[in-house]
Amino acid sequence: MNHVAFLVPLFPLLGFLINGLGRNQLSRSMSGWIGTGAVFLSFLVSCFLFGKVLENGGSTDTLFYLIRTSDLSIPFAFQVDQLSVLFLLIITGIGTLIHLYSVSYMQEEAPHHFARYFAYLNLFVFSMLLLVMGSGFVIMFIGWEGVGLCSYLLIGYWFSNPNYNYAARKAFVMNRIGDLGFLLAIFWIISKLGTTEYAGVLEGVAKLNSTDLTAITLLLFVGAMGKSAQIPLYTWLPDAMAGPTPVSALIHAATMVTAGIYMIARTNLMYTMAPFTQGVVAITGLVTALFAASIALKQNDIKKVLAYSTVSQLGYMFLGLGVGAYTGAVFHVMTHAFFKALLFLGAGSVIHAMHHEQDIRKMGGLRKHLPVTHLTFLIGCLAIAGIPPLSGFFSKDEILAAAFHANPVYYVLGLGGALMTAFYMFRLYTLTFLGEARYHSDPAHPVHESPAPMLLPLMVLAVLSVAGGWLGIPEWMLAGGHRLEHFLAPVFAASSALTHEHAHLTAAQEWGMVGGATMAIVVVILLAIRSASREKKDDRPASGLLANKWYVDELYDFAIVQPIRVFADLLKNVLEKNIIDGCVNGMGRLVHYSSRQIRLVQSGQVGNYLLIMVLSMVVFFLIWFNDNKIMALINKIF
Amino acid sequence: MISAFLILLPLVTGAISFAFRSSESARRFSLLSGLLSLGVVIAGLFPANASSLAIDLPWLPVMGSRFTLAMDGMSKMLCLLTALSFPVIFLAVYRQSFRSPGAFYGWMLLSQAGLMGVFLAADALLFYFFWELALIPVYFLCSAWGGERRIAVTIKFFLYTFIGSLLMLAGIIYLSFQMPTTSFAISDITQAAVNSPNNTLLFFLFFIAFAIKMPVFPLHTWQPDAYEESPSPVTMVMSGVMVKMGIYAVIRWLLPVFPSASVQYADIIIAFSVTGMLYASLIAMQQNNLRRLIAYSSIAHIGLMAAALFTSHPGATQGAMVQMFSHGVNVIGLWILADAIEKITGTRQLNEMGGLARKAPRLAILLVVMGLANVALPLTNAFVGEFMMFNGLFHYNWVVAAAAGISIILAAVYTLRMIEKILYGTSDNIDQPITDLSPNVTWALIVLVVLVLLGGIYPQPLIDLTKDSVEALTLKK
Repeated sequence: MNHVAFLVPLFPLLGFLINGLGRNQLSRSMSGWIGTGAVFLSFLVSCFLFGKVLENGGSTDTLFYLIRTSDLSIPFAFQVDQLSVLFLLIITGIGTLIHLYSVSYMQEEAPHHFARYFAYLNLFVFSMLLLVMGSGFVIMFIGWEGVGLCSYLLIGYWFSNPNYNYAARKAFVMNRIGDLGFLLAIFWIISKLGTTEYAGVLEGVAKLNSTDLTAITLLLFVGAMGKSAQIPLYTWLPDAMAGPTPVSALIHAATMVTAGIYMIARTNLMYTMAPFTQGVVAITGLVTALFAASIALKQNDIKKVLAYSTVSQLGYMFLGLGVGAYTGAVFHVMTHAFFKALLFLGAGSVIHAMHHEQDIRKMGGLRKHLPVTHLTFLIGCLAIAGIPPLSGFFSKDEILAAAFHANPVYYVLGLGGALMTAFYMFRLYTLTFLGEARYHSDPAHPVHESPAPMLLPLMVLAVLSVAGGWLGIPEWMLAGGHRLEHFLAPVFAASSALTHEHAHLTAAQEWGMVGGATMAIVVVILLAIRSASREKKDDRPASGLLANKWYVDELYDFAIVQPIRVFADLLKNVLEKNIIDGCVNGMGRLVHYSSRQIRLVQSGQVGNYLLIMVLSMVVFFLIWFNDNKIMALINKIF
Repeated sequence: MISAFLILLPLVTGAISFAFRSSESARRFSLLSGLLSLGVVIAGLFPANASSLAIDLPWLPVMGSRFTLAMDGMSKMLCLLTALSFPVIFLAVYRQSFRSPGAFYGWMLLSQAGLMGVFLAADALLFYFFWELALIPVYFLCSAWGGERRIAVTIKFFLYTFIGSLLMLAGIIYLSFQMPTTSFAISDITQAAVNSPNNTLLFFLFFIAFAIKMPVFPLHTWQPDAYEESPSPVTMVMSGVMVKMGIYAVIRWLLPVFPSASVQYADIIIAFSVTGMLYASLIAMQQNNLRRLIAYSSIAHIGLMAAALFTSHPGATQGAMVQMFSHGVNVIGLWILADAIEKITGTRQLNEMGGLARKAPRLAILLVVMGLANVALPLTNAFVGEFMMFNGLFHYNWVVAAAAGISIILAAVYTLRMIEKILYGTSDNIDQPITDLSPNVTWALIVLVVLVLLGGIYPQPLIDLTKDSVEALTLKK
């Protein structure tokens, strides 16, 4: 019925092809408009699909079959339902804003690099759309690896810098570790159910025993850990900040890194039926949320703070999934997409104004020079900190409330993480925008506010960061207020039917908890502003456990990377060279030695040996062909 | 008739080619011959009637050996791969000159004739004959046109593969004499094998011959040397098409002839193959020599095919069929690029390269695409085959599949490292002026890239083409 669904990924694909193939012919403005326009067209189609879904519910369109054999068939099909259409709107909507922003932000690039940038960005949007639109695990996997590729290409966009290339490679390899888990989960599903389509898997899920369910969900979660940067596969995301800032906003904050949450939300029934995995997901999410927040407290690179913040927020989303708050997790995906994209683009505006300076210790007082950036950034900070009535308040509260019902310890720790979030965000805000300037202003290049195409996305996202949460006002605050929950209900219906309705708190208790939490957050914000204002200017490389990110990179290098290298070296230089090949060469030498002793045709020319061999073979065959007598003789000898 | 023509055409043109003195005419002539063969294969894909493909003539009546050629889906696919590879290779090296060009192209075409014969022969002795016919030109090409260590390497390559061939010949002759009337027809050979008391020994005679050719760990050490020292077009033929002889032979001559032994020894063969995948991947990670890196990468990929074939899973067999074609396309692409990179930078050592992305953007794009195919990224051709093979391997034993799966991660490590060393960073280490790919190389690669994408997005024609061969094998079981 929605035969236009294929248009959504088609436009960015065309944009990629035009910008990619025409990169030497297109001017900057042409590439920029093609890239932005393609995503905007997808956004329009997504809006249309959204209307259709509201009216008629979900539908599936099969384009063709990727693989069809007697025992396995994998259609290339798109499924547009409540969950995927919501992601479509986020991806193409925020995607359009970030493309628009990039047109200005990337102006310094040479035209063909500019076109290359937009080609990659369009390819990313295409892959991300496949990921959420696929009607089964294989199409999701295609998009899954596709976005990984684009992430690789965009992190390493400035490819002359070896550090950036390393960061790009690290991201791809770490994601591949997760992808292996994902693949094995797909094979497990095929072996038990014979299909990879969500619809078929959902139907057959009752046939799976609890071992299968636990294994499949855990393996899928390994994939999610890689893509959504959860412990232990999170260290690539902070390094991914090597890419251009709009890329960080789109890929490494708003969309790609939420793919893991999409995956679990999509397969929610399996997770609901696998309580052990749910526990693993919840605890991994919670630990990641706290761990990354603790690192963010001591980072001095504006983008690094935001990167660890993203890891931490993704942890909250997994906490939500783990305690069965699927709607809450998806809700937080949406609000986080608004305010984190806003914060990253704001950071980009700051970096742009500061001529590529990213160290917040060398900023300060930018409030005066960048009024729009300042105001929108402040809104982003308030939203992520969870100040009502901004969007982050509603989504984070929903996750924490569900965590409270699952286990009050989760709630307490989660709240602790939220306080850390408020602290590092307002430390960041204070060091960047408040106080006195700690940089040397160059009169030839004064610090200036960014141009309108960069400010417009900031303003739109600021409005969304404020109002986005109003789609999910909790029922105890406003009856019928959670419109998102009603919209998504069909996707999570089967899971809801299985979960027991837990005892509700009274509205007064809810108000009390929320009020207390908000008070605590406000106090922390004030503390953060106070302590950050007193931070001394300090250029020394940071020391301490937190500033050095708990030494996790060093640990991985020492415990995993180096041992593998040493082992591989051992294989190459000892086993392969001396033992396996040594045996072969030894045999060769033996033959050579004996042939010398026999003093056969001593020409030393391989060609001659070969020629003799060929000739004798030919003669042999000719004889066989013609002479029965000789054959009879040979027969006798045998 | 078409099958016989596929062999005769390169055989005759190859013989004629020896007469050419000038480089220009030799390469034009061989490119034309290659394109003609391609046309014939394509005609064979859409035969007027099935009998127009096969041929059956008396050949060595005393031995009971007949000149029997048959063309099922797998044969068609591999003939297509062969016929496609040669013109692409000829195009890619069109601007290079070789000493005694007539002889060089002559041997190449003779080798093509042998390859076609291998993929078409339905008589064991004839199969052996073509097997040697394909290999012997390569010995000549390596020893006369190869790199510095060519003599030592050719001797090793020759002895290694020839010992394998002899084992197979001994097996074939032994089996044929088991029959009341000696015969080498595949059905008779199968019958003889079933009745033979030495079934296991015979199985391993054949298996080792094929395992050397593929190669299966630990019989692989001739390959990196041979790939490194052979002239580039020969390396392309060897890794793109010739290794498929081993895989093809397993499907055609080993699994159907020794069905019970194939199941009985599957565990140990799969164990060796999977070990080889990881082993070769780890070594590829540490390679600084571009050619050896590609060689080990190819060994890792072949290991998966070898393992898949012994899982007795029809999906895995189907995957291996598809992968034979894809691997051929991809590895030839990589060799064309490696050859061009060596010419551009003047070195094979990765740590002496860098910065080509800036100076040679065409090369950069094509290398990245081929590299992605090498890591089997979805929507490239290699993903389809690998997905089906891993699925079969998972069906066989999930722990083995998980272990083999580590090679997916390692492939990303060494391939991206290769791309990074060649393309990114700066080109300060390179003394000579850097140029981009010449048009002929670019076009050869574009043909391959189209095949990579086509095979990744719509692989069904390849699956349909080889379905009959998979079904035939499944029925035998």
